[in-house]
Amino acid sequence: MTLVSSIGIALAALRLNLMRSVLTMLGIIIGVASVITMIAVGAGAQARIADQINSLGSNLIVVVSGTITSGGVRLGFGTQMTLSEDDAQALERDIPEILAASPGVRGTAQVISGNLNWSIVIYGTTPGYLAVRDWDVARGRPFEPADADRAAKVALLGQTVATTLFGNADPVGQVVRIRKVPFTVIGVLDRKGQSLQGQDQDDTVIMPLSTARNRVLGASEVNRRAVAGILVKMRDGADMRTAETQIQALLRQRHHLQPRQDDDFWIRNLSEVAQAQEASSRVLTLLLAAVASVSLVVGGIGIMNIMLVSVTERTREIGLRLAVGARSRDILGQFLIEALTLSVTGGLIGIAVGAAASFTVGHWARWQTDLRPESILLAVGFAAAVGVFFGFYPARKASRLQPIEALRYE
Amino acid sequence: MEGTGTDRWLIETERLGKEYRLGDVPLLALCDVSVRIAPGEFVAVMGASGSGKSTFMNLLGCLDSPSAGLCRLAGRDVSHLDADELAGVRNRLVGFVFQGFNLLPRTPAVENVELPLVYAGVPARERRSRALARLAEVGLADRAWHQPSQLSGGQQQRVAIARALVNDPLLILADEPTGALDSRTSVEVMALFQAFNARGITVVLVTHESDIAAFARRTLRFRDGRLIDDRPVAAPRVAAEVLAGWRPAEVAA
Repeated sequence: MTLVSSIGIALAALRLNLMRSVLTMLGIIIGVASVITMIAVGAGAQARIADQINSLGSNLIVVVSGTITSGGVRLGFGTQMTLSEDDAQALERDIPEILAASPGVRGTAQVISGNLNWSIVIYGTTPGYLAVRDWDVARGRPFEPADADRAAKVALLGQTVATTLFGNADPVGQVVRIRKVPFTVIGVLDRKGQSLQGQDQDDTVIMPLSTARNRVLGASEVNRRAVAGILVKMRDGADMRTAETQIQALLRQRHHLQPRQDDDFWIRNLSEVAQAQEASSRVLTLLLAAVASVSLVVGGIGIMNIMLVSVTERTREIGLRLAVGARSRDILGQFLIEALTLSVTGGLIGIAVGAAASFTVGHWARWQTDLRPESILLAVGFAAAVGVFFGFYPARKASRLQPIEALRYE
Repeated sequence: MEGTGTDRWLIETERLGKEYRLGDVPLLALCDVSVRIAPGEFVAVMGASGSGKSTFMNLLGCLDSPSAGLCRLAGRDVSHLDADELAGVRNRLVGFVFQGFNLLPRTPAVENVELPLVYAGVPARERRSRALARLAEVGLADRAWHQPSQLSGGQQQRVAIARALVNDPLLILADEPTGALDSRTSVEVMALFQAFNARGITVVLVTHESDIAAFARRTLRFRDGRLIDDRPVAAPRVAAEVLAGWRPAEVAA
């Protein structure tokens, strides 16, 4: 007996009880559809978190000026500006995987505009900083190397600062006073939102490094070119761990640190934070899929149930098939293929329903979804496995019937 | 085939016995039955219910295995075959006709007739042509695509006979084939059996109606699991003649 005729027999039998077959399939359809939708929703959430991380700027490594040990007392990170602009240039020059390294100083200052007064973070940095952060200027223009060269009194306002000081008015061209120095606002930055640490990234003023150092925050007495930190952007595909090691080695060399001395800087890989977040959303996806697969198992039990009923109902048919020469493996195959046909057909319909549901959720609930081919393969494979698993017991029961008893069955 | 010495018998049983167990109580359904049936015979098996005639037929048809003695079919001992081998013997050597027709519901006549060929591994195209040919032989060429529910009892039994014959068996086993039919349809069915018997197919017919048994040429009578009588029928009825005799009455009606 060939596979083709087995499938033919199975299809004919399912057609004879069309309504019942469709209802049985419904369990699998719902199961597969929910697995696919849940994975799509989970993958969407993953993608959204990835986007959020990208808003920081991707492939970023932060190098912060480190501690200094003074008289056996270890001071905290950032207490001493051990890094310098020259370190940033050296990093950019000597490590090919580094796309850009942007040094900066930061401090807090009062910003005054008219009768409004606001205490905010001032960040002095190089013109390349915005590119490193993937940060655009919403209105006005960014500062340029020329501004940096002459320590021009120009400032870029974050959205929060702009709204606080100017409300809905356009701040570009207006003058704000920072530590009593008048600055011209040349631009307003795009909204960045919260950082991974929950700080408002828009509550800041950015200006050229030279300006910040010379006119607002004051320069370090030890090294006029000292900076608080360097933001390093790696090239796409660069290995972050290797890069960290390279940066560490280069800076240690430049700072003339002995092998037994601690680093006088601190390296933080922002992609590690990203990985942690992605891992947690992957767990979420897995959890959703697991819950959805419960319904697939329930669908499988539905198949088993209906196959058991079918075997009982068709006992005389089985007896007849045995009488005309069917072997028990033919009967086993027939009922297994019936169960498999139910589950695989249900699975295929489930894909369509699941795809439609993912699309609907994505479109109407504005919840990003991401339909993946591997989730489709997974769901259908799982459905087929469910068919075989739950179809086997009824099929075996059918194949073990004795011909005379089956023929006599009322 | 093995056993060349026994080839002249299609069926040969020696002290055939079958014991069932109902809980702890052994039930002797068949005991010490030794029978030889030659190719081309037409045998009626008679007896009251519980006499062992159905058990005898099940053993001949390889639907069951004996618990004692042996049974040879076309020279081959079928007493100790496993389930798959028995299925093969049923498929190739035996055709069954049942009292209740046992057709697959909601399945066209031609597909019912094809069924044994499916398990014989015959390709679909050949199955179809052989099934249609058999249906034509039983006079149902124009009903090939009817479902059993659209056919009369006699027509359904003729579909079942076509199915029994489709794989060219040596032996037809009919278990009360006329039990569910009226007397005229019964005679029509017997006419078919006689026609195929005339072409050399051995027919073994289980019945409790003596006027049906009278169409056979030999009668085996069972009582309490034993064969009590084995004799030729003196003057077998000829179904075709009986039908011819009825025709004027039918016209009058």
